[in-house]
Amino acid sequence: MNKVIKYVIIDILRNKIVVAYTIFLFIISFSVFSLEDNTAKGLLSLLNLILFIVPLVSIIFSTIYIYNSSEFIELLLSQPLKRKQIWLSLFSGLSVSMAFAYLIGTGIPLLIFEPSELGIIMVIIGCLLSIIFVAIAMLAAVSTRDKAKGIGVAILLWLYFALIFDGLVLFLLFQFEDYPLEKVMMLISAFNPIDLSRILILMQLDVSALMGYTGAVFKDFFGTGIGFIVALLTLLLWVYIPLLLSLRKFKRKDL
Amino acid sequence: MLILLFSFLLFTEARAAILKVGLHDSFHTIQAAIEHSNTGDTIIVESGIYYEHNLVINKSLTLLGKNQPILDGEHKFEIVSIKANRVLFDGFKLRHSGIATMTDPAGIKIYNVRNVTISNNVLDDTFFGIYTQNGKCCTIKNNSLKASGKEEQEIGNGIHCWKCDSMQITGNSISGHRDGIYFEFVTNSLISKNNSFGNLRYGLHFMFSNNDSYISNIFKNNGAGVAVMFTKGVKMINNTFEQNWGDASYGLLLKEISDSYILNNKFTENTTGIYMEGASRCHMQKNEFKNNGWAIKIQASCMDVTVTQNNFFGNTFDVGTNGTLVLNSFNSNYWDKYQGYDLNKDKTGDVPYRPISMFSMIIEKNPPAMILFRSIMVSLLDKTEKLIPTLTPENLKDETPLMKPLSL
Repeated sequence: MNKVIKYVIIDILRNKIVVAYTIFLFIISFSVFSLEDNTAKGLLSLLNLILFIVPLVSIIFSTIYIYNSSEFIELLLSQPLKRKQIWLSLFSGLSVSMAFAYLIGTGIPLLIFEPSELGIIMVIIGCLLSIIFVAIAMLAAVSTRDKAKGIGVAILLWLYFALIFDGLVLFLLFQFEDYPLEKVMMLISAFNPIDLSRILILMQLDVSALMGYTGAVFKDFFGTGIGFIVALLTLLLWVYIPLLLSLRKFKRKDL
Repeated sequence: MLILLFSFLLFTEARAAILKVGLHDSFHTIQAAIEHSNTGDTIIVESGIYYEHNLVINKSLTLLGKNQPILDGEHKFEIVSIKANRVLFDGFKLRHSGIATMTDPAGIKIYNVRNVTISNNVLDDTFFGIYTQNGKCCTIKNNSLKASGKEEQEIGNGIHCWKCDSMQITGNSISGHRDGIYFEFVTNSLISKNNSFGNLRYGLHFMFSNNDSYISNIFKNNGAGVAVMFTKGVKMINNTFEQNWGDASYGLLLKEISDSYILNNKFTENTTGIYMEGASRCHMQKNEFKNNGWAIKIQASCMDVTVTQNNFFGNTFDVGTNGTLVLNSFNSNYWDKYQGYDLNKDKTGDVPYRPISMFSMIIEKNPPAMILFRSIMVSLLDKTEKLIPTLTPENLKDETPLMKPLSL
């Protein structure tokens, strides 16, 4: 299995897209911090980067990679290897390289300019988001044989998590204005990894504004150690469940 | 005849005696010394613990504590009651006053007199701290008041003034009371260099108190910040408002305030820096708003409020409002969120800045929407709103935003 992971990682590196992605993240993160006169504003720009670019690159690259390595997968299947092993190696290789790219590209500047709790949380969350979207990409890729369709599904999924979901939430908020929605909102946020990540970072970033009544409800949950751990576990579930589903499909798939 | 009268006056002046109170002195209790004293005498109290029950000062005396003698109220009594003009009370430590909501016992209570000075005292665990009713020209200076109230109804105010005039309250430190400084019907007074922190309700609370000045005070971490209501002619200069956190907590709450000046103050890390309701003809200049949730919440009921030459840094929302009617002006401020340009190099931006974001309007209507803050969806909505304002008040804008922060 390790051999397969190693091969996948070498293959990804040879591909050079991930290297370009790392450099891109690095340049953007550095310039964001050096252009703005205060780090707070830099952090805000970086937040958008983490919530927008990282999932997008992660999901699209992984989907395309899975489709492109279909021949390689077939080759591996002819060897005495379990399907589970092959699929998990692919996942590990992809997530290690995506998370590593993020760690170097954004993690280093982040920890240089903001060596605080907030900086560390942003690094952890960025890595988790990379891995979550690799898992989602694998689910999208295994669902359909058609490459164009698969990539389309991946993009749609990303669009859903990044934009449409929030729109729906806003719509719900105004439809059910008269009801106390604070607790429900916390539950709903668990259904979107991007939202959940954003809220975790928000807890550190906008403390003053969040001390208002509604904010205090969120803060009382996510701001505490237990809430934070629950949120992180939820994010891990977001890796586990799509991966499990995709694995099931892959096992039964007629290649 | 005139000479005779004069010499008589001089004679009485010269008679001013010094009485000593202490274990080894002629008087063992302060009350006894007061009974044997005449107007204008000085009583010096040696260190020690005195159980005087309720010490009533009914003559114009000077009471000086040497090495901070302790007056203990045994949780039953009002410790000191001042019922004469021209009393100086200095250098004592007062502790454990009684608690009663009918009579409001205080550490020191001043009744209907003038020219009283209370200075350099330490008050510990008193119900009300220093309470003045119907006083004139009194000075409360360099006292330190500490209480440890748990519930608002179980504790009184630190410095409480009711129906007073020309008061001077300077250099006191107040914590753990209900309101740090409380004014009702107090006029022409000066409140300066006080430090009011960790009080249960307001750091400073005043109503119907016209023409007062508040200079160089610090209000920090109070339950609900500072509230000023139903008053005109307020001057607030060089004060600091810090860390007042909570939904109903404001750095400064202005309700029905008119003809007032708010200059050179610092508002840092409050949920709401300034909240204005029904304020009119107020002038805000050279204040600094830093890291607040909302720097200013200005309700549509305000008019002729001018906000000019202030610095806004790192606030989550710069301005919030509840309607589209704007009768106030925002001009020549520095906003760190301003994204415009300055082509003619006159140090002011060429396009106006709109300090109200669409999302702050959404939150005003629907507070749980806070959970969507800083999401991409919301940033997109904000961007479109900036181009074509629909929800936000169209004429709430700074026409001449500064490109560089003012040095304050």
